[in-house]
Amino acid sequence: MNATIELEATGKKSNFEILPKVTPAGEISGEFLEVSMGPHHPSTHGVFRMDVTLDGERVVKLKPVFGYLHRNHEKIAEGTAYLASMPYTDRLDYFCSMTNNWAYALAVEKLAGLQVPERAEYIRVITAELTRLQNHACLCGFLLQDMGALGTPLMYAFREREKILDLFEALSGSRMMCNYMRFGGCRVDLSPGWIEETKRVVENFPRFLDEFERLLSENEILIARTQGVGVLPAPLAINASITGPMLRASGVNYDLRKADKYGIYERFQFRVPLGDHGDVYDRYMVRVLEMRESLKILQAALRDIPPGPISDPKAKVRNFRPKAGEAYGRIEAPKGELGFYLISDGSPNPYRYRVRPPSLINLTILEDMCLGHIIPDVVVILGSVDIVLGEVDR
Amino acid sequence: MLGEGIIKGMTETARNFFGSYIDSDRLVTVQYPEQRLPLKENTRNFPFLVHDGDDPEKGLRCVACKICEKECPPQCIFIVLERDEKGKPQKHPKVFDLDISVCMSCQICVEVCPFDAIKMDTEFELSHDDRFRGLLLDKKQLAKPNHYYHKIHPVEAAEVDERLAAEKAKAEAKAKAAAAPKPAAGPAAATAGKPAAPRQPVPA
Repeated sequence: MNATIELEATGKKSNFEILPKVTPAGEISGEFLEVSMGPHHPSTHGVFRMDVTLDGERVVKLKPVFGYLHRNHEKIAEGTAYLASMPYTDRLDYFCSMTNNWAYALAVEKLAGLQVPERAEYIRVITAELTRLQNHACLCGFLLQDMGALGTPLMYAFREREKILDLFEALSGSRMMCNYMRFGGCRVDLSPGWIEETKRVVENFPRFLDEFERLLSENEILIARTQGVGVLPAPLAINASITGPMLRASGVNYDLRKADKYGIYERFQFRVPLGDHGDVYDRYMVRVLEMRESLKILQAALRDIPPGPISDPKAKVRNFRPKAGEAYGRIEAPKGELGFYLISDGSPNPYRYRVRPPSLINLTILEDMCLGHIIPDVVVILGSVDIVLGEVDR
Repeated sequence: MLGEGIIKGMTETARNFFGSYIDSDRLVTVQYPEQRLPLKENTRNFPFLVHDGDDPEKGLRCVACKICEKECPPQCIFIVLERDEKGKPQKHPKVFDLDISVCMSCQICVEVCPFDAIKMDTEFELSHDDRFRGLLLDKKQLAKPNHYYHKIHPVEAAEVDERLAAEKAKAEAKAKAAAAPKPAAGPAAATAGKPAAPRQPVPA
């Protein structure tokens, strides 16, 4: 109380507030501390703020505050042509530009009734699964970094990611902002050596995973820091419309690749890893297992990819005007269900353009997972949600 | 066992440390300014204007049709059409400015260009101490010869040259057909006058 009074007297504003703690009987006992964590806190993976109310070090209240990286993505897209929004979707979740491109292309293809050729479908699956590999590898590295394993596991993960980004650069010209998919296909065909190079990367990836798991999955510190931390029960996850690895870690079998069967995913044999407890450890393990399943899909896709055209001949680059109507395209992005909702009024730009970002919706449940945990655990729980602020704020 | 995790971790570190001497997969870094990795064939950075021949002013393929200016998502291209004294359009840009501090390297200008006039460069060491004028490239800075394009994207440039040569042959055939005393115009002559369709990806 004294600190607040002093600050009031000097006219300065405090960035924390001390509130009296009221027991059910109405007595004041002890004090709560309200701390603003972020927006430049290194653990928040970008510019994200948490207003945390603490009792000692335990969290009693948490309010996620976002919007620091708002870039007006949806409104810009409503003012530009359909194709011109494609490079902007790269910048939503800048780790997974290929899957962002795919979700947007899928929505526009539904709207305009374009058919994607067989070869392009295979290329899309290959690039999306490579994206999943590098996203999950990085997430595991970041999670370990949040737990205090500074640098080393993250660098191992980034080393593998770099190989995949090299593939993306050879294919699309850019490492991260690929801008590769087009309505009704893909932009350029695979160069001759690309498939061989990808096969080599896919073959060597299990070695990295084995090493990574040998180093970490059974590590006492990792287990102590993650098991039983940030439990998200399945009913709560469903009610909060959580998707992606977070939902599956809570034991709900819902994967859009199986449930929606977009693209050609029904041709591939793969399992959906599920967690039991819904804690941080399960979220970590689900991602590690998903990487192994992605490798299976990749091996099958690289083996079976047929020759042929890679773009719908009806697709136009200029003067693209889909007929009036609406469409929702959704895919299983590495972070969850990524959807694009478009309304067309027949003009060259969409009448309404809406993104369903998995990071933002998975983030809304943060308070329920963090209550009763201490601050270092909050950092780990936030890391396990797997957010990218470019997508949260758009 | 106490300390097992430390032993495991140090084993992993040792494997990577000693492995980096023999396994190129474990040693991925290079000493950048002295040592450079070769760029990928498709690498793109910022656009440049292709010109045929040695004169960047005359040989410029750009006809100032302003399609790229219109389609550019961040609106970083500014074009003014050249006109002669009578105000007749000259099919040549008087001003072609490109602000690379705004450009997001999306390559849409390259895709929509019907004349193969604008292509993506691979030059990336572009830092400048002038924040405004330094990153605003004008026509002179943007124009680069066709052999430079062949050097940075050999496969793509060969395809483009082939296509342009075919179009030129078609146009010449049409001119011949027009000069001759009214022979039946073939289907090739009927289409040759139009600008080329936007580049479609060519399957291997």
